[in-house]
Amino acid sequence: MSIKINETVCNGCGGAEESFCVRVCPGDLLKLSAGGKAAIRDPRDCWDCAACVKACPRQAIEMYLPAQIGGRGATLKAKTGRDKIIWTLKHPEGREEVFEIEAEKVI
Amino acid sequence: MSDKISKVVIDTDLLIIGGGAAGCYAAVVAKETNPSIDVTIMEKAHIERSGCLAAGINAINAYLNPGETSETFLEYVKKDSSGLVRDDLVYTIAEGLNEVTRKVESWGLPILKDEEGNYVARGKRSIRINGERFKPIIARAALQSGTRILNRVAATNYIVVDNRVVGAYGLGVRDGKFYIIRAKGVICATGGAAGIYRPNNDGSASHKMWYSPFNTGTGYAMGIRAGAEMTGFEMRFIALRVKDTIAPTGTLAQGVSAPQINAKGEKYLQRWGKATTPQRLQATLEENQAGRGPCYLDTSHLTPQQANSLKEAYLNMCPGMVLAWADYGVEPNKPLEIGGSEPYIVGGHTQSGYWVDIHRRTTLAGLYAAGDVAGGSPKKYVTGCFVEGKLAAQAALEYIKGVELTGPSPEEAEMEIRRVFAPLRVEQGFLPTELEEALQKLMDEYAGGIGSGYLLNEEKLLIAREKLVALKEQAHQLTARDSHDLVLAHEVIDRIDVARVLVEHLLHRKETRWPCYQTRTDFPQRDDENWLKFVNSVYDPVNDGIRMVERELIVLSS
Ligand SMILES: Cc1cc2nc3c(=O)[nH]c(=O)nc-3n(C[C@H](O)[C@H](O)[C@H](O)COP(=O)(O)OP(=O)(O)OC[C@H]3O[C@@H](n4cnc5c(N)ncnc54)[C@H](O)[C@@H]3O)c2cc1C
Repeated sequence: MSIKINETVCNGCGGAEESFCVRVCPGDLLKLSAGGKAAIRDPRDCWDCAACVKACPRQAIEMYLPAQIGGRGATLKAKTGRDKIIWTLKHPEGREEVFEIEAEKVI
Repeated sequence: MSDKISKVVIDTDLLIIGGGAAGCYAAVVAKETNPSIDVTIMEKAHIERSGCLAAGINAINAYLNPGETSETFLEYVKKDSSGLVRDDLVYTIAEGLNEVTRKVESWGLPILKDEEGNYVARGKRSIRINGERFKPIIARAALQSGTRILNRVAATNYIVVDNRVVGAYGLGVRDGKFYIIRAKGVICATGGAAGIYRPNNDGSASHKMWYSPFNTGTGYAMGIRAGAEMTGFEMRFIALRVKDTIAPTGTLAQGVSAPQINAKGEKYLQRWGKATTPQRLQATLEENQAGRGPCYLDTSHLTPQQANSLKEAYLNMCPGMVLAWADYGVEPNKPLEIGGSEPYIVGGHTQSGYWVDIHRRTTLAGLYAAGDVAGGSPKKYVTGCFVEGKLAAQAALEYIKGVELTGPSPEEAEMEIRRVFAPLRVEQGFLPTELEEALQKLMDEYAGGIGSGYLLNEEKLLIAREKLVALKEQAHQLTARDSHDLVLAHEVIDRIDVARVLVEHLLHRKETRWPCYQTRTDFPQRDDENWLKFVNSVYDPVNDGIRMVERELIVLSS
């Protein structure tokens, strides 16, 4: 399992004390590269939790399955809202499926 | 060397190690009980998404639905665990399950409700939630409680003075500093251990596992090194999971009533009567051995609407599953192949961990344990971890009333600094992954991993014992280039310590109590006459020996 970071979209959360993806990775696997973009230390260490995918304010991160358990082109992205999360699943043939799920009761 | 390493000393009333489910909840309870005390969480990642809950979960698996009571909960857990659990611990968990559930709901966790406003049951003891954001929600509650959060500090050992735990040492994951946290009382809530055995997938998918690969048993290892009594390590947890993605199956088996079928389409569990959790796994292995594999969860009856809500349920917990369906061009109504996971050591599903009393007091004064790291009470799941966090916090607050802060002597701190930073000085040694692989290979082959069909016998376990001693020696040659590596190196060292205790437990129990979790081919029968009791252990650092202790089962009378 791992993630792909779109380097043209990622801006390293310029201005933030720490990039959001770097902050949330439970395995401390992300860091900023010399060019100021987020990068994963080693894709094989990724657990598939999608914390970074959800945390990225620019939707620059997508996840995919490694070839031995999938890897045929499907990807997942997420957009986090105040009370919900919107997932976009891209099928290998390009079709998109969108899921909008309640994530929090805003009180 | 310590001249070059900067030190940070922090004093606190209550130190909570690990800011996961149990740790965050304990912090909130402590601050609510007594707002004037100083509470600190020491967390190796960032509490927003750390630990088991990083991806989220889609059900609360320990909850008393209408008709269930603390007594029926205990009865179920005990039966499912072949009669051997700590009744007092399971019962005290049951007593608190519904209260903690209401509390996390009040923090914003969406729990699904029917038209009448009742929680939607997934099983007798399970309710459905939209738990994708569960961890950020409880982390926020911990933060708002006024708890001091030390993110990116990995605990390495307890500070022990006069046989009392008076704090912990830590390694600054980002700043490379050495932390000395002095505390009046300490709660350990670091979760269980993955990565002791060779995992299901290898190479690029090796962390595609069920339990968090970042929970590496440090809380167990610190307790072992300090001489705490540990229980039930031999009741390993092996999960029946969707093959490849290692996604949880409860969502299917309970959520949409998908039966287990073999390659011939037969519902093979029917032969087992009312199968326990380990038997459902054992049955699957036996089908494969008999040539009737692969086995599946039969989802062919799903309506398109059910299929869609199943995808949502997995997005809430294990998004990789949804990717797998898309990659293979199938919908969830195609039966899913199932199999066993690598063995994990996890007190929240089975019962490996600290030997505690009903207040979650360990055998070391000043130290409490809660959640997956605490032993004796299987099937506590997320809500049981909350309850234990609460009980530990309440008891620790009482304890610290009469305690003065104290700290390690400079020599002791110096010794730990040398131990912690040693890999930075080793050149041309082993990278952490190399020794991790060595550990996983030997445990797989000689201590009943996937590769040996989970089977155990004395001869193989003795080889594992010997190899672990050698591996511990080799661990002195671990090398690290930076703080990130240094954490990885200690995660290997800690798992070796846990594995050694595990092997002694597996050797000691001369019967087969929990099929797959603990199958002794040389003692294939369950033997209640001799073994309906707990196998515990205490490590002796002076002789580097592990002393085994047997403790009687105490049955709670109704
Ligand atoms: C994939 C998965 C799905 C699950 N699904 C469900 C479900 O649907 N329903 C349910 O009820 N339960 C479920 N569970 C179980 C539940 O999530 C766990 O039992 C619970 O989160 C354990 O709580 P804990 O506090 O003991 O451990 P965790 O929540 O994992 O917290 C441990 C914390 O300690 C930190 N830590 C570790 N080592 C150190 C160190 N050396 N120094 C400092 N900090 C450290 C970790 O980073 C982490 O933050 C699931 C578990 C998993 C893994």
